[in-house]
Amino acid sequence: MRLPIPFRETLSGFKSLLIGMRITLGQFFKPSITVQYPRQTLKMPARFRGRIELIFDQATGKSRCTACLLCQRACPSNCIAVEGARTEGEKHKHVTDYKLDFTMCSLCGLCIEACPFDAIQFTKVYNAVSFSRDGLNNLDLVREIETKRKAWLQTHPPPAPGPAASPAPRQPQPEASSP
Amino acid sequence: MSNLLSIEPVRILTYLVGICAFVGANAAYLVLAERKIAGRIQRRPGPNEAGYGGWMQPFADVLKLFAKQVMIPPGTDILLYCAAPLMVMAPPLMCLAVVPFGESLVARNLDIGLLFVFAFGSINVMALMLGGWASRNKYSIISAARVVSQNVAYEIPMLLVVITLLMVAGTLDLNELIRQQAGGFWNWNLLRVWVNPLMPVTFIIFFICMLAETNRAPFDMAESESELVAGAFTEYGGMGFGVFFMAEYSNIVLGCCLGTVLFLGGWQSPLPLAALSGPLWGPVWFLLKMYALIFTVMLVRWTFPRTQFYGLLNLSWKILIPLSLFSLLLTGAMMKLPLVLQRLF
Repeated sequence: MRLPIPFRETLSGFKSLLIGMRITLGQFFKPSITVQYPRQTLKMPARFRGRIELIFDQATGKSRCTACLLCQRACPSNCIAVEGARTEGEKHKHVTDYKLDFTMCSLCGLCIEACPFDAIQFTKVYNAVSFSRDGLNNLDLVREIETKRKAWLQTHPPPAPGPAASPAPRQPQPEASSP
Repeated sequence: MSNLLSIEPVRILTYLVGICAFVGANAAYLVLAERKIAGRIQRRPGPNEAGYGGWMQPFADVLKLFAKQVMIPPGTDILLYCAAPLMVMAPPLMCLAVVPFGESLVARNLDIGLLFVFAFGSINVMALMLGGWASRNKYSIISAARVVSQNVAYEIPMLLVVITLLMVAGTLDLNELIRQQAGGFWNWNLLRVWVNPLMPVTFIIFFICMLAETNRAPFDMAESESELVAGAFTEYGGMGFGVFFMAEYSNIVLGCCLGTVLFLGGWQSPLPLAALSGPLWGPVWFLLKMYALIFTVMLVRWTFPRTQFYGLLNLSWKILIPLSLFSLLLTGAMMKLPLVLQRLF
């Protein structure tokens, strides 16, 4: 027996309402997926393209850049300005000034492709902000690497010229349980 | 203590303060609950900054509303403009006086309790209409017209459903209505299919009408913020708006109280065990059922989009009213059938 059309429509409409409520109720019991942004941040994916940075070589405590200017030439937006200098006894030059105009950068990555020493890479900085234009169009990448070097020097003390300074002997700690 | 409570002025004062506190706390925390539930449904945590987990949010909201100036726009009917928030808040407070939260936990056990609730409950419509009309704002007036037409349309099926119940119960006393539903959940009016096989349907009709009467989504034509700014409350600011907001939630509480009393057995325990029934368990069951209904109201709001106004009226006049009339006739027939058979044979 088939019901008249208005009855069937009412019943099927009511059924669809119940299905909708079942779906929202199902979502209600699932955990929330919000990232509490200023306190939590997402980990950027491995191939995320932030602005470029000079790679800090943990072994030498320096940049690998030799100021060959290939990246500067590869850049289609003319936003890289590199300067280097050679000190006596060095095989290559080393970078003294690496300025990035991030307002012009299109994140094409041609500089990274061009670099023969793997000296630059994309950062994971997704929230590049600044209070003034200078903070974005004149980024000093060498200064960045120097601050990293300062932190690096804390854990990697330079070899002392004289006898290696042995760490200070630990003071014997009085034990709490001793009488 | 019980002697003190039996003194009439003390009793009245206690219940007055109690009901005001109950309504105030519910209005404040149901707003938070609504936002939390909306958040959970959309897979986000909801307000969680004010206090641990956001439990201080109502205080922050109220403080903000109190700090705002109460603006009376030029050209308004000042008396009606100021009276509307009071008139929208008063009916739910009054109606709660006859709602039995427990067998003896009722401010005034009137023998015409149900009539009282419906008589005062309908003032709500007039208040919203006055508020919209007195604001002298075209959006408010459209909203006021919608409120009236919507409430007229949905009052009819609601009353027809209630008449169906009254024919079965034979009393307007809310406490007596609950007593008749004693002895387990299969005796609740919701599942009394041997009286009328359409009883669950009448409950659904009641629930839909309750949503429409309290102007809740998907029937929130009065406050359709995407079309009419804020509907009838467009011109209200500060605590004037806050009172309208509180009244909405108080009306939901009242509607869900009524649904609990009429269909879900009020303070009766769902299982007829002596350990689960008693003067202490009564309010617990009542509140559990009431908050379950309120949760459903909120779930409905965050599931369905707002209906069009034509759809709203079609639903009432073409589906709900014929259905409730049919249910009324069926109940009458089923009640009289045994008598007719007796007379014939």
